[in-house]
Amino acid sequence: MNRVDVLIIGAGPAGLSAALETSGHGLDTVVADAGLAPGGQLVKQIHKFFGSSRHRAGTRGIDIARELSAEVRDRGGRIWSDSPVYALLGNREAALARGLTATGNRACPMELAARAVIIATGAAENQVAVPGWTLPGVIGAGAAQTMLHVHRVRPGRKVLMVGAGNVGLIVTYQLLQADVEVAAVIDVMPRIGGYHVHAAKIARLGVPILTAHTLCVARGTDEVTGAVVAPVDAAGRPVREREFVVDVDTICIATGMRPDARLAWMAGCRGTFASELGGFVPLHGPDMETSIPGVFVAGDLAGVEEASIAMDEGRLAGISAALSLGAVDRKRGLELQDELGASLSALRTGSSVSPKAGRDRPFNSAAPGPRTGEADPAENDRLICRCEEITLSEVLAAIRQGARTVTGVKRRTRAGMGLCQGRSCEQLIAGIIARELETPRSEILPATGRPPAVPIPFGVLAREGRK
Amino acid sequence: MRVSNHPILGRDRERAPVTIYFDGNPIPAREGEVIAAALTAAGIRVFRTTPRQSRPRGLYCAIGQCTDCAMTVDGVASVRTCVTPVRPGMRIESGRDQGDQP
Repeated sequence: MNRVDVLIIGAGPAGLSAALETSGHGLDTVVADAGLAPGGQLVKQIHKFFGSSRHRAGTRGIDIARELSAEVRDRGGRIWSDSPVYALLGNREAALARGLTATGNRACPMELAARAVIIATGAAENQVAVPGWTLPGVIGAGAAQTMLHVHRVRPGRKVLMVGAGNVGLIVTYQLLQADVEVAAVIDVMPRIGGYHVHAAKIARLGVPILTAHTLCVARGTDEVTGAVVAPVDAAGRPVREREFVVDVDTICIATGMRPDARLAWMAGCRGTFASELGGFVPLHGPDMETSIPGVFVAGDLAGVEEASIAMDEGRLAGISAALSLGAVDRKRGLELQDELGASLSALRTGSSVSPKAGRDRPFNSAAPGPRTGEADPAENDRLICRCEEITLSEVLAAIRQGARTVTGVKRRTRAGMGLCQGRSCEQLIAGIIARELETPRSEILPATGRPPAVPIPFGVLAREGRK
Repeated sequence: MRVSNHPILGRDRERAPVTIYFDGNPIPAREGEVIAAALTAAGIRVFRTTPRQSRPRGLYCAIGQCTDCAMTVDGVASVRTCVTPVRPGMRIESGRDQGDQP
């Protein structure tokens, strides 16, 4: 069993900032990241940050990623890229696959025991499950950014952007910068959710922003050839009699994000539901410690906000971890915690809308399709579980047979048992259960989290414990 | 489909050409890039077809989370092509003729 003082899971702005503090206070620190290069979402952010100089205002996200990584290494922290943590236990032991993709999925597994763990795994994109949503050409807005800025490849020729929050507006602008046409931005809400400055920029470039409109169907046989869009009524339901087709080959989904808390649940952290933070969030104190002593959270995992907040929370979690291990003078540690607490408050009062979580959005708008009994059978053929190809009909049947939880639906249908282990469908299934049973979304708990958290070949597990 | 010059990122850096094989067909790629980027740049959007309904799938999340892009690579199944860098001569099989799992 390998030992470290601090294991940080995730090398995004929060994880790297946490590493600055822990390694800066002399703690043996490993940052384990699934990505091929450190930086998390920063590696695709080409716009300049605003805010204070401490928050790297005026610097592009991609450069912040490089700077933070270099600073961590200068302080003796280790960053292991292409090394996803696939198991985390409540006793702060973890298993990870070092060099997973570089070794062609034949990586050596490694077990690590840490005195403190900081989980900074960020957020995951929400889904919009309309008929045709699994067609090639339907991608996340994050996917568009990754393809353009990391891989330098256009994801398509003409895009419909679904979601007018900051992510949808910014990615629209970035598509235009890369000579990709954007036919329109649509949003189910009556008002644009993102900052006015971003909306005005794309409006000036001739992109229509249609509020109170929703995506009904992704059309096409082998790939997207069009998008069926309809205005919504006061209840947010599509008025199909007024639908129209937008001629596009790509549909980008930018409908908010939720904390990616699988490892936190796996370790046994308690959670709480907060729709303004994106959904279920690991319960944590103002010092970022979870319900498990010695396990901390930071960044979008602790609530979907933005990068400056992620950086401050990362530093705060790092200081709290250092204090818990006696690596920093107590008085100094408490001062630093206070400073960061004040900085976070200031950042949060600066804007009343959480840019990425879609704060004003009614949470159940994530539940796809019409209610049982109202449906046109073709509507219920749409897939909910992409990996196992489980339809909405099958999910509804499971609920009628008595399933009350995500795990209950999973056991009856296999939804969530495929390669992605529910990453795409769990959120949808939870929304469907809440709607069908007329239960608050906050009462439909996440499924039980079990290892592995990423697809790992059996061969890797068979090598566990051996070199 | 490649962005050779970008207003912020500038010119794409020089990367050596590499050939990979998709269901036996040669595809031009660039050293170090992920498989899915090479396929997309070559105009390929349908990566595989699903085992149950034979439906087309390709890129969705592009960061290794959704697994829609997973195919058999050099004999190893379920490799997520959006996070796996190419190697010269790499063989990618969609398995669509055999009704295989991705």
